[in-house]
Amino acid sequence: MRRLRFHPCGNFKERYEEELTIFTTDFGRFWLLVGLLILFVVIPFLSKPYLLYVINHIGMAAIAAIGLNILIGYTGQISLGHGAFFGVGAYAAAILGTAGGFPFWLSVIAAGVITAWVGMLFGIPSVRLKHLYLTIATLAGQFILQYLFVQWESLTKGPEGIMLPRATLFGVDVKGDRAFYYVIFVSFVILTWIAVNLVRTRYGRAFIAIRDNDRAAEGMGIPIFRYKLLSFAISSFYAGFAGGLSAYYIGSITPEPYTLFLSVEYIAMIIIGGLGSIPGSVFGAIFITLLNELLSHATEFFMNIGALTKIALTIAPLREFVFGLAIVFFIIFEPKGLAEVWRIIKSSFKLWPFSY
Amino acid sequence: MEFFLQLLIQGLSVGFLYALAALGFVMIFKSSSVLNFAHGELLAIGAFIFLVFSVRLNLPIPIAFLFTLAGTFAMGFVIERLFLRPLIGEALIEVIMLTVGLAAMFKGLLLVIFGGNLFNYPDFLPKALTIEWGAITIPPVYVASFIIGIIFLSIFGFFFKYSSQGIYMRSVADNQPAALSLGVHVRRVFAMSWAIAALVCALSGIILGIMNGINVHDISIMGLKVFPVVILGGLESIGGAIIGGLIIGLLETFTGGYLSTSLKEVIPYVVLVFILLVKPYGLFGLVEIERV
Repeated sequence: MRRLRFHPCGNFKERYEEELTIFTTDFGRFWLLVGLLILFVVIPFLSKPYLLYVINHIGMAAIAAIGLNILIGYTGQISLGHGAFFGVGAYAAAILGTAGGFPFWLSVIAAGVITAWVGMLFGIPSVRLKHLYLTIATLAGQFILQYLFVQWESLTKGPEGIMLPRATLFGVDVKGDRAFYYVIFVSFVILTWIAVNLVRTRYGRAFIAIRDNDRAAEGMGIPIFRYKLLSFAISSFYAGFAGGLSAYYIGSITPEPYTLFLSVEYIAMIIIGGLGSIPGSVFGAIFITLLNELLSHATEFFMNIGALTKIALTIAPLREFVFGLAIVFFIIFEPKGLAEVWRIIKSSFKLWPFSY
Repeated sequence: MEFFLQLLIQGLSVGFLYALAALGFVMIFKSSSVLNFAHGELLAIGAFIFLVFSVRLNLPIPIAFLFTLAGTFAMGFVIERLFLRPLIGEALIEVIMLTVGLAAMFKGLLLVIFGGNLFNYPDFLPKALTIEWGAITIPPVYVASFIIGIIFLSIFGFFFKYSSQGIYMRSVADNQPAALSLGVHVRRVFAMSWAIAALVCALSGIILGIMNGINVHDISIMGLKVFPVVILGGLESIGGAIIGGLIIGLLETFTGGYLSTSLKEVIPYVVLVFILLVKPYGLFGLVEIERV
């Protein structure tokens, strides 16, 4: 049996492989196992349905946020169209599930693939555009897609929306929060695993090279356009997959949720969580989803107290204010996000009591 | 024909408004290369400050107008000092995201204070400004906005061309390190450009409010319309912003008039994507040439 590895008291890495390992010590593997056990055995049986509902939303948001982080955090291409891509996924799954008659699993995966193609389409401007111009192009993409959701009535049924059939997986009826919990979090674990490993491969390194200096990257022989498109495709696949899941989970879709504000929400997630960090995307998804729930609870709470209904009405827009404030606060005071906070906490434990 | 002329005039005046709104945007971009996503909210803040002064506090219109301009000028300084200054030298994405955050913040704040209702200014424009020309009547708002726009555009034109502050601003826009080494106070220039931009925004916000009434949602959508305008005209060009604004305004009005009203909202963005693919630096923008 090989020896357990513990934290070295300094940086003694000698090979690149050591730098690239996910688990530097066996403790990491152990904690991952514990985490998975808690995720799949403890949480679904101890939580109440409402809590499960919130956690499911966190899971879907985390999948989409990881996708966006691959695009923004790793490849450096700012996209303001992620909310619309999420919507494309939801609509693709809904249309395939109803008119196409696809089974649940296939229509969600197909939704991811279709969204990947749509994402690539809106990534084409990145052949000539960078930074600001690309951001504006994705903004235009957001509006065009939003328009299509409402106006392309033969396909999307317009403002009425689409009712989805019940999801079945391997002959089993997927109904209720707990069943969906497993569907969502199994895909979450798989997609996270893919993302974590993706950024360690040549593709991930190419993405990071493009982010850090695209001209140098091109000089080193990286075909940047192809990689940018690939990054758009991967990121949109994640968004579309999450969108498809959410469409089935909620059971019906309308064009309303997939606005620019949703895109901003996703951007807020990865900024608050930490750009260029997969765990960061998950932290951000947790933070934003909980914030959302908290604010809607506050609204409901005040609504029910007759005298305070007026306060409740002002809290609804306060949501937007708090969002903006969170983004601004994190950019100014902790630009690396919650992932950095987490790292600091961890390392201060590691070094305790000799914190220097 | 009459319908066509009416649309033409409406399109030109809408376009003029876009041009005016884009002006503040171009100012900020020229001097600090910040892509301001909070632009629509700045417009709305200006419009609402004027509303507070003119309706709630019942000040005479000219005084309310001056107060609004002064207030937004100061507000521009404060915004720059509080939010943008800590980010000087940071990565572009963070600055862009910061303005996105600011946009959400301002919008939320305005909604909390004023709610999502439609407000109106008192009808203070003299009827004498109405132009009647055959069967076509041009309402006084358009005439007034045109006059104010011309005045301010020429003031800013002269400001950039001849005043030392304007020349500093152009130098910072052109080459920041060189400007620094020649003793230009770059931070003050940034603050100045935000202040002026906030002032211009207030101006266009007020005119917008006179034309369509003031509603937080409508005006902040207007801020996003600025993007097609500036991309068409070129991000660095004030003249381009004006021409871009007129073209987009006309396009929108004619689409709304002849094709469909729902298409009207999205056509500027379709054009935007098209321009970005064909001529990304716009009609008058600075072409950056990069070779590996």
